[in-house]
Amino acid sequence: MLRHLLFALALLAAPVTAFAAEDVAHPKDERWSFEGPFGQFDRAALQRGFMVYKQVCASCHTLQHLSYRNLGEPGGPFMAHGKWNKAEAKWEDIALGPPSHGGRVIPANDNPYVRAIAAEATITEINQTTGQEITRPGQPRDKFVSPYTNPYQAAATHGVEPPDFSVIVKARHNGADYITALLTGYQDPPEGVKPPGGAQNLHYNPYFAGGWISMAPPISNGSVTFDDGSPNTPEAIAQDVVTFLTWASDPKAEQRQSMGLQVLIYLLVLAGLLYAAYKQVWRNESH
Amino acid sequence: MSGPSTYEPKTGFEKWLDARLPLPRMIHDSFIDYPTPRNLNYFWTFGAILTFCLITQIVTGIVLAMHYNPSIEGAFASVQRIDRDVPFGWLLQNIHSVGASMFFLAVYIHMFRGLYYGSYKDPREVLWILGVVIYLLMMATAFLGYVLPWGQMSFWGATVITNFFSAIPVVGLPIKEWLMGGFAIDNSTLNRFFSLHYLLPFVIFGVVILHVWALHVAGQNNPDGIEVKSKADTVPFTPFATVKDMFAVAVFVIMFAVFVFYLPDALGHPDNYIPANPLKTPPHIVPEWYLLPFYAILRAIDFNVGPFDSKLLGLIAMVGAIAVLFVLPWLDTSKVRSMRYRPVARLFFFVFVAVCFVLGWCGAQSPDRVIYQAGVFKIDGEALAATGQPIRFEVEGHTLAEAEKAYGKQRGELVAGGATPKKYTITAPFQFMVTQLSQLLTAYYFAFFLLILPLLGLRETPNRVPETIAKPIGAAAAAAPDREA
Repeated sequence: MLRHLLFALALLAAPVTAFAAEDVAHPKDERWSFEGPFGQFDRAALQRGFMVYKQVCASCHTLQHLSYRNLGEPGGPFMAHGKWNKAEAKWEDIALGPPSHGGRVIPANDNPYVRAIAAEATITEINQTTGQEITRPGQPRDKFVSPYTNPYQAAATHGVEPPDFSVIVKARHNGADYITALLTGYQDPPEGVKPPGGAQNLHYNPYFAGGWISMAPPISNGSVTFDDGSPNTPEAIAQDVVTFLTWASDPKAEQRQSMGLQVLIYLLVLAGLLYAAYKQVWRNESH
Repeated sequence: MSGPSTYEPKTGFEKWLDARLPLPRMIHDSFIDYPTPRNLNYFWTFGAILTFCLITQIVTGIVLAMHYNPSIEGAFASVQRIDRDVPFGWLLQNIHSVGASMFFLAVYIHMFRGLYYGSYKDPREVLWILGVVIYLLMMATAFLGYVLPWGQMSFWGATVITNFFSAIPVVGLPIKEWLMGGFAIDNSTLNRFFSLHYLLPFVIFGVVILHVWALHVAGQNNPDGIEVKSKADTVPFTPFATVKDMFAVAVFVIMFAVFVFYLPDALGHPDNYIPANPLKTPPHIVPEWYLLPFYAILRAIDFNVGPFDSKLLGLIAMVGAIAVLFVLPWLDTSKVRSMRYRPVARLFFFVFVAVCFVLGWCGAQSPDRVIYQAGVFKIDGEALAATGQPIRFEVEGHTLAEAEKAYGKQRGELVAGGATPKKYTITAPFQFMVTQLSQLLTAYYFAFFLLILPLLGLRETPNRVPETIAKPIGAAAAAAPDREA
């Protein structure tokens, strides 16, 4: 019911957001763990999706508004819980996921999974004492390292600048569905359809506006192998990475929706009480 | 403020203050004992709802400004930081951006209410004009605020809007450069827009005080549109109006919360999550939904008239669409305020509301979108066969591109068969596009104010208006279809 209501409300916005998408294939409506007012990210898919991002996307696409610590914050893919051993000042019984009986969420900066991920990155910075450029392993507090030394290099290397992925799902119509369709939608061009200007480095994809995209098909069957043995068909890989990117675009979505439920219950009770007060106050007045 | 004050200072301090700054007396007379028509319906709760919206925007805005970075390098990232790292920043940012839409939703209902019940008529002309001033300030504030996240729509919306000014003859270009603080939308533009976006809400607040003052001098209009005659027609503001307003605000906030928590981006445009890029124009530049009807009016004028080009005329039409509201109290000639008793005017009014909605739809569409097409594109061609015999061929297509493709194919086959193509003619079908629809709707928009309301007041026969609010029973009241129980 609520879903229908939300859908109806979303229709109100349709004139603003729905554009006549000329000659662009409409993405398929996928099923997502995070869909709907009670949706929650599939945590295993988030972790697999991060692996896909790291192994496939990260060589070209930045994630510049995220820090490594975000991965271990509540709701993040590598959020972990454990028990704090006060005597030895360290975390014990560490495991991924939200806390279960007795444990607490480990602060992202102490989270061993996040520290390991961050340490794989190499940070280049200026030593403020010597003024010399130095490199060091990444820390959870560091922003995701860009594969480019400057913003112009991206465009120079690829012809066009590969978009940053921090808010990519929010930045496209039909966000998650569109990106899934784009990742799995590469095909041979229909007969007689040629890239504009006869360009050699364009790939046909009916979901991309204009039909020709600079990005080569990024995933193929088995191009990523998951530790947990999950299926790695192109569709499964796309689903996982899109789940991760949706989280990255809106990491507070779960918190927002669960707070929303509490707020709405509160407001409904408040409105009910005010209505009763209104009826009471006006009971003897004609109007 | 209307009528003698009933405030009686009780304590010594109240008496002391009353003789020096009668603030408690003003509050008592304006918000406690103030006589409120007893027949007000829920449309009269939007004053309270709008006050709530203004305060919400100011409070969330002040906190957001503590975290926002008004520079072209840092603006987009600072909004991301607010959403991701500032404690409850995502909540504040969502409330503020959704709040702008809610503010306009409420103000539109408030304005249509005023139109329907004739709240702009004598003696409330100044009240209405102050309201239009607030509305103008709101549009300016909303536009300035939309530029701040420095996304693609921010940048290109600012480009389109500042470009309007260059349509003004002689002084247009200097004004545009003065607004932008340079020759293009740049850091100086963003800085001054941020400064003005912070300033204008407080100007709105000041005009709201005048608006409420004017309201309390003239007294509230009411659904019957008749003057308050005696004390029997009214109830004291507190508790009667206060409790009803509080209930209405609570219901409004429920809808507000659904958007904030479940659909925070539904009213925005995805392109604004792409950082501003002066070198890349988005395929469709559209303003926020609440400005779309005016955008449609602007684009409806796609023709030149004499020495005036379409750009200037479009600007005049758009400005005129708002300017006409200022003189509305003198355009409507009807002595009867409420359209409850003006059956013909009521019909024109509902068409007007529908026209505003459809104009909004037009504003979101590409202007050359075809709404209706009679027939197909036809291409008639002629060729000479190898034998010297003329061959006629004819192709059809729903679009010109389709017809040309089919023509090319046939032509190719003929050439392969040894024929020599000679000439061809294209017959285009009648097409009704968004631009034409916008023109019709724009014509009605202006006709409603400039023709219908002035003439109708002189010619129509209104229904019988009740004598008093307290006893509205009679033929007139029974005939009123929208009366609330």
